Order: sequence, then C-alpha cells, then structure tokens
Amino acid sequence: MGITIIAFFTVIALLSQVFAPVPEGHEDPFRIPRFGWFSEPQPPSPEHLFGTAQWQYDIYYGCIWGTRTAFRIGIIVVAGNLLIGLVVGTLGGYYGGLIDELVMRITDIVWAFPGLLLAMAFVSVMGPSLDSIVLALILVGWPSYARVIRSEILRVKQEDYVEAAKAIGCSDLRVIFKHILINSIYPIVIMASLDTGAVVLSAAALSFLGLGPPPGYADWGQMISLSRGFIYKNPVDPLGYWFTWTYPGIFIFTFVLGWNLLGDAFRDILDPTLRRR
Amino acid sequence: MGMRAYIIRRLLLLIPTIIGVTLLIFSVVQVLSPEQRAALYITSEQQADDIDEIIEKYHLRDPIYIQYFVWISQVLKGNLGFNQKSPRGQVLQNILNRAPATIELTVFAAPVIILTGIFFGVASAVHKDKLIDHVTRVTSIIGWSFPSFWLGILLLAIFYAALGWVGPGRLTADANVVVRSAQFTRYTGLNTIDGLLNGQLWITLDALKHLILPVVSLTVQSVALIVRVMRSSMLEALTKGYVVSARAKGLGQREVINKHARRNALIPVVTLAGMLSAGLLTGVVITETIFNIPGLGSYAAHMALPPPDIAGVLGFTLFTGVLFIIVNLIVDVAYAYIDPRIRLG
Repeated sequence: MGITIIAFFTVIALLSQVFAPVPEGHEDPFRIPRFGWFSEPQPPSPEHLFGTAQWQYDIYYGCIWGTRTAFRIGIIVVAGNLLIGLVVGTLGGYYGGLIDELVMRITDIVWAFPGLLLAMAFVSVMGPSLDSIVLALILVGWPSYARVIRSEILRVKQEDYVEAAKAIGCSDLRVIFKHILINSIYPIVIMASLDTGAVVLSAAALSFLGLGPPPGYADWGQMISLSRGFIYKNPVDPLGYWFTWTYPGIFIFTFVLGWNLLGDAFRDILDPTLRRR
Repeated sequence: MGMRAYIIRRLLLLIPTIIGVTLLIFSVVQVLSPEQRAALYITSEQQADDIDEIIEKYHLRDPIYIQYFVWISQVLKGNLGFNQKSPRGQVLQNILNRAPATIELTVFAAPVIILTGIFFGVASAVHKDKLIDHVTRVTSIIGWSFPSFWLGILLLAIFYAALGWVGPGRLTADANVVVRSAQFTRYTGLNTIDGLLNGQLWITLDALKHLILPVVSLTVQSVALIVRVMRSSMLEALTKGYVVSARAKGLGQREVINKHARRNALIPVVTLAGMLSAGLLTGVVITETIFNIPGLGSYAAHMALPPPDIAGVLGFTLFTGVLFIIVNLIVDVAYAYIDPRIRLG
C-alpha cells in the first residue's frame, strides 16, 4: 500500500512536465503560471482542473509540481540528518570516552527542544524561504539519528566479527563502514522512511505559518496558507471556495501517509523484533 | 541510590543543560547584524535614534561569550527585551498576558489525549487482530499522517462556514464585550473558570463551545502517537509471567488486564509525557493561528513572520526551552519514583 502511493507520487514527480506542461516562455517551472490578476479564486473548469487560487494561480499545476518540491524537501533533509547523525553517532559510539560524553551532551541539548519550534526560530532570523526551512530542519532533526546510530554501534561493536576485523588490521573507517554500519542498517532505513513523511509535514507547517516560499511557488504548504482566507464564501454558498484548500491538503496527506505506511511495512519485513516499538 | 540523591543529581545536571540550551537559543540570532540585534532592547520610537548607544551598552559588537554573558544576566533580571511589533512592550509581560488562553487550551486537550490514547491503545492490544484493533491501527496511522493545519481548516469549513455552529476566537462577540467590561473580574484569565467565578454560566458554556474544535485539532496527532506506544507496551505486558500466573490463579479477564497488565504497560507511557508536551507546544502554534486564539502560539507565529521581532522570537524560544526542561525533569523524577530500576541503575 505504502509502496504504491510512493510509486504513484514518484511517477508524478518524474513526469511533471507531461502532467502539467510548463507554458511557453515560462522560466522557472516551480513558479505556478497565473491566468490574470483577479483576486477571487475560480472553480474547477476544463482548462483548470482543480480551479485557480487567489490571483489566478493554477491549483492543478501547483499540486503536480509541488510533488517535486515535497520529494526535494524530504530527501535533502533526511539525507542531511542522516549524514550529521552518522558522523556524531559514530564518533560517540565507536570511540567512546570523552568524545562520546562531549558529542552526546551536544546532542541532548538540541534534542531537548521541540524541533519544529527551534526550526521556526531559525527560519525567522534567516528569512523565510524554502532553503531556510530545509536548512533549519536539518539543524534540528539530526539528534534522533545520532542516538540510534550510536546505540546500534555500541551493540554491534562487541560482536566477534568486528573484533576479528580489527585484529587483522582493518582501518577504523573500514571497520565502521564495512562491518558495523552494514549490520545496523535496518533501524536506520525504517527511521528514514518514517521521517520523510514527518519532515514534509513539518516543512508544510512552517510554510503554512508564512515562513516558506512566496505565494505562487509550487509548494503544498504555501498553497494551503494562501487558501486560509477562503474558508467561507458567502451565506448562499458557504463552501464556494472548497477547491482552494481541498486539493493541496489531499496531496500532503496522501504523500505523508504513503511514507508512514512504507516505514511500517519496512519495519514488519526487515525487523520483526522492532514491531513492538 | 535513594530518591533524594537521585533528585539532587538530576538538579545538578540541570545546570549544564540550561547553559547549553540558552547558548543554542542565543546563537540563533548571531546571523543578524548588531544593529538588528539592538532591536531587542529598544523600548520606544525615540530610542531608535540612539542605536549606537544601545549597541555600546549591551556589548553587541563584542565577542560572542561577552554578549552571551550580558544577555543572560539581563534574562536573569527578568528583562527579555521589548517587542517592536504589536503588542509593543516588555516581552515577559506580553508572554504572561498571552499565557492564559494557551493554558486553557492545553488543560482541556491533555486529558483528552491521555485518556483516549490509553483507552484505544489498551483495547487494541487486548483484542489483537480483531476488528477494533484493525480500526484503531488504521485510524492512528491516518491521524499520524494528517496535517494538523489542514484538519483545522476542514473543521472550520464544516462547523463554521457550512453549519454556522461556532466561529474562530475564544468567545462570541457578545461574550467578549461582557468579559472585557469592568463588572467582570478576570481572576485567572481562563474564560471557562472566570465565567463560573463571576456567576455567569453562559460565558463558561460559550468558552467551552469555542474550545471544542481547537482541542480536536490539537489532539489528533498526539492521540495517534499514544495509541501506538500504549498498544505495543500492552502487547508486551500481556506476554509477561505475572499476567500468565494471574490468569492461572483464576482471575477474570477484567481483573488481569486492569490490575496486572495495564499498570505495568503504563510505565513507558510516562516517558511519553515529554513528547506529549512537545507536541502540545508545537501544536498550539498552528492551532491558535488557525482558530485565531490570542495565546502564546499565535504570539510566536506572529513574531516569527517577516520582518521578525527578535525579542519575541528569542523570548518565546527561551520560554519553551525552559518549560520543556522542567517538564522533562518532572517526568524523569516521576519515572524514577514508579520504576526503582531507573534510579538504581
């Protein structure tokens, strides 16, 4: 189920150009094309399948190209977290002693914060943009990886094959990568998959609060933020602007659900002992 | 180690943590220029002309450790700086003014989260692979994936726009007028309680009605989290020897679950209180923004919007950081009290 959803989104992201062609002479494909300057959203029509948002941004186009934005955010942030977590966790777990004490105290301090709130402070001083959001989420997200990787290394370090590798004179790096990390990869894969959904959700929340890219950028969180003024239309047709917030919301929700289901499936397949978590 | 020794050790560990957390918060604003950082201490428009004087006075051009020292000694004096955005004035005062709305919201949300989370987690584990288990698991993964800001919008669309049942804000306009009038004493700032204390039941009811949607949007994700943890913890407890022997000596199913399994399964959930408070703190920022509630969360969101209000952003982050440290301290002590293995180990 999860894999189907993610495969579906991968196809959308890869074939954005086919599903929603970039108009002639339009420079940045992530800028949603607009069809006039009228501030009232227009309902779905054959030309604009999902309707248009405030200032006539095409919602369908934004949802399709927003998939690429979501993948980009998820992949870059998780890769960044993983990289920092790997360095910090390995330093602490493999070398132990004073280094361990030092890096783990730093980890604890970042860990001591509700991540999204710290990220909000970072983004607000760096200036709102997608890059700020990505950087801020990398800066606050790595401690959980560092902790898991450290404890995995501590667990595997005692195994005979690691001792053997050391005894025959393998370098530290070789032991860490070829003997330790390979054997502790499962929990990390599961975590990364579950985290991709969570990261996209956090980024969308920051975007929703107005700390993301400017209106007209193909980003689901930004699109919902723009639709906030259109919850209520008029007494005759109260939900007349339903299309402005329904479509981007369905995209975010399904995308995150896909990653969470995939993470759960990974957990069940790769490591039955972790099912209890 | 006795309970007292454990608490003392835990309190001593608090000092490096607080220094670390404040250093981290302080380093956030170091990307800004001294002129921008001076905004922290500007109290009025006239004072904006004396920006160099302020930079001089608070050592804003000096090395970071001197700046940190100056900043932290101001913080310890209760000076968190001044808001340049409305509401202007002392950050500490503004935060205290905004606190009641947030406290009211979280006081109603927390029990809902804990009780429903534990109930469905236990039910799901006890009836593993039955209908209720499948429904609970599917619901919890959906809740876990649901963007809380989108949930807030959907709730407003249905109950406010379509049904006209309740609007955003803390009270209806009529109630607001009464609450702000001189005849109404604001003892606590919590409308539900002040309504009762002033003998005006309808204010309390109005406030409760306005709390339902925000509480729902605030709880969904956290409930999903607790259900997951409670379910796995309960499943593990049900396989333990003491449950088997309780069954063997002929106790009924209800007795076994309520008295033997659930009590032990609750231990890991206590540690979740830390995560729960993080979820609530983050959640109020989004929920209050959507439902237009003048609390700490919407204050933080407003201050973070460009151009940022440095004093507000720093003040709120410091406030949440310290609050979070205290909550974690309480959780650790409670955990050690319930489970002696923690303090002995």
